[in-house]
Amino acid sequence: MKKIRIITTLFCLVSVSGYSQMSFTKTGKVEFDATAASSPERIEGTTHAATAVLDTRNGQLQFSILIKSFAFERALMEEHFNENYMESDKYPKAEFRGNVLNMAATDFAKDGTYQVKVKGKLTLHGESRDIETEGRLQVRGSSIQATASFQITLADYKISIPGLVADKVAKTARISIDCKLEPLK
Amino acid sequence: MDDNKTKAWKYVSVIAILLVTNHYLQAQDTDLLKLVDSEKPRKEYVKNAFKSPRVIQSQSIEFLRPGTMDFRILHRFGQLDQGYKNFFGLDQASMRMGFDFGIKRNLMAGVGRSTYKKELDGYVKYAPFMQSTGPGSFPVTIAVVAGVTMDGTSWADPARKNYFTSRLAYYFQGIVGRKISDAFTLQVMPTVIHKNLVQNAGDGNDIMAAGIGGRLRLSRRVALTCDYFHVFNPLTDNNYHDPLSVGVDIETGGHVFQLHFTNSTGMNERAVITETTGRWGKGEIRFGFNLSRVFQLKKQKVK
Repeated sequence: MKKIRIITTLFCLVSVSGYSQMSFTKTGKVEFDATAASSPERIEGTTHAATAVLDTRNGQLQFSILIKSFAFERALMEEHFNENYMESDKYPKAEFRGNVLNMAATDFAKDGTYQVKVKGKLTLHGESRDIETEGRLQVRGSSIQATASFQITLADYKISIPGLVADKVAKTARISIDCKLEPLK
Repeated sequence: MDDNKTKAWKYVSVIAILLVTNHYLQAQDTDLLKLVDSEKPRKEYVKNAFKSPRVIQSQSIEFLRPGTMDFRILHRFGQLDQGYKNFFGLDQASMRMGFDFGIKRNLMAGVGRSTYKKELDGYVKYAPFMQSTGPGSFPVTIAVVAGVTMDGTSWADPARKNYFTSRLAYYFQGIVGRKISDAFTLQVMPTVIHKNLVQNAGDGNDIMAAGIGGRLRLSRRVALTCDYFHVFNPLTDNNYHDPLSVGVDIETGGHVFQLHFTNSTGMNERAVITETTGRWGKGEIRFGFNLSRVFQLKKQKVK
């Protein structure tokens, strides 16, 4: 009887500790590119301060990005990005909350590259939209390199592009994500 | 024994229920970000109190970003009260062309040349304190401006001994301002102007003035602006008046257009504050615009 109790209690503990199998980063790289085909200059920004957490047990995946952390080659573009388009004082963060859909296809105990489907809610500029994209998880030892690239329509997030700059700023932006996730201790 | 067995089964079933609920809880949306969220509030400088480093005539609490150059054309037409004969002043124009440079977050400098009195001017603007939020925040921006102007016209009296220094005037200005809300910014500007040479014996070399400037943002790209100086000891010989300017800032991509009405002709601190002859009440006002185009001289670090 005692044996059963000890074993079940241990089993229980293992399952509880397994609950916190999280991988995360706070220095994830996210780029966006909204350069129109006819634009003489690149409309693009990069941040190296994205926070991302992946629960390797159930595939829950969440991102949080400070809008003001995006850097641009041109100061004025950065100012306009924050002031006129993203209104980063009002909406300081962009967030993604979703799941890896095909968790069965991945094995975090084994090194390798796994194609994954991710679905969830992207919130930016105060607007939430469901998005679905394909990405890649590259498992190497305890770290996971997560990459993805997808397109969003700016109007979906109530980001309006005035006619005067329509030849420079595209109606859609390509978002590229490159994060190295490490186990959360 | 039987008793023990049932006890054991009871225990196992309780554990099983626990596990199931545990699993069920996991499947719920949990806030994973909270697990790693240790964001400390950071000190952040308040930006974009004004659309450009000038309210209209006056310097503002806003600085150019480091590594950028602002090419500015300031333009003032003739007086509106001249009627159709001079097409409400549009037949005449006075301008100042300037280059301003952002050096540090809180340091900038610029040079300009005006058609009025063929005057050359240069200044340095520095803010020892800047409005910020978060830990160690400061409620206002305090800036100081030091400038010099050089009259380029020929000597009024070539017969007497004229010194180069007589062409020069200096100005020193303090600016205290605050972006009170996203839409509203207000600043005050105590100013002293020193002229090396004055026209009349009764004129003081030092002229004191106090100014006020503000911005009211109407939309993301359009703002109302206004600046005004009260001169405490104006020059004696003519009827000089306090300069008042009201305008609209319109931002389009890389340009800022500042359209405005003003009673002053000159476009540097000395000319605006000490030599404004127009009177608003008499319709002696001018339409003018400032055109600003910012160039990135040094690319910012991205990677």
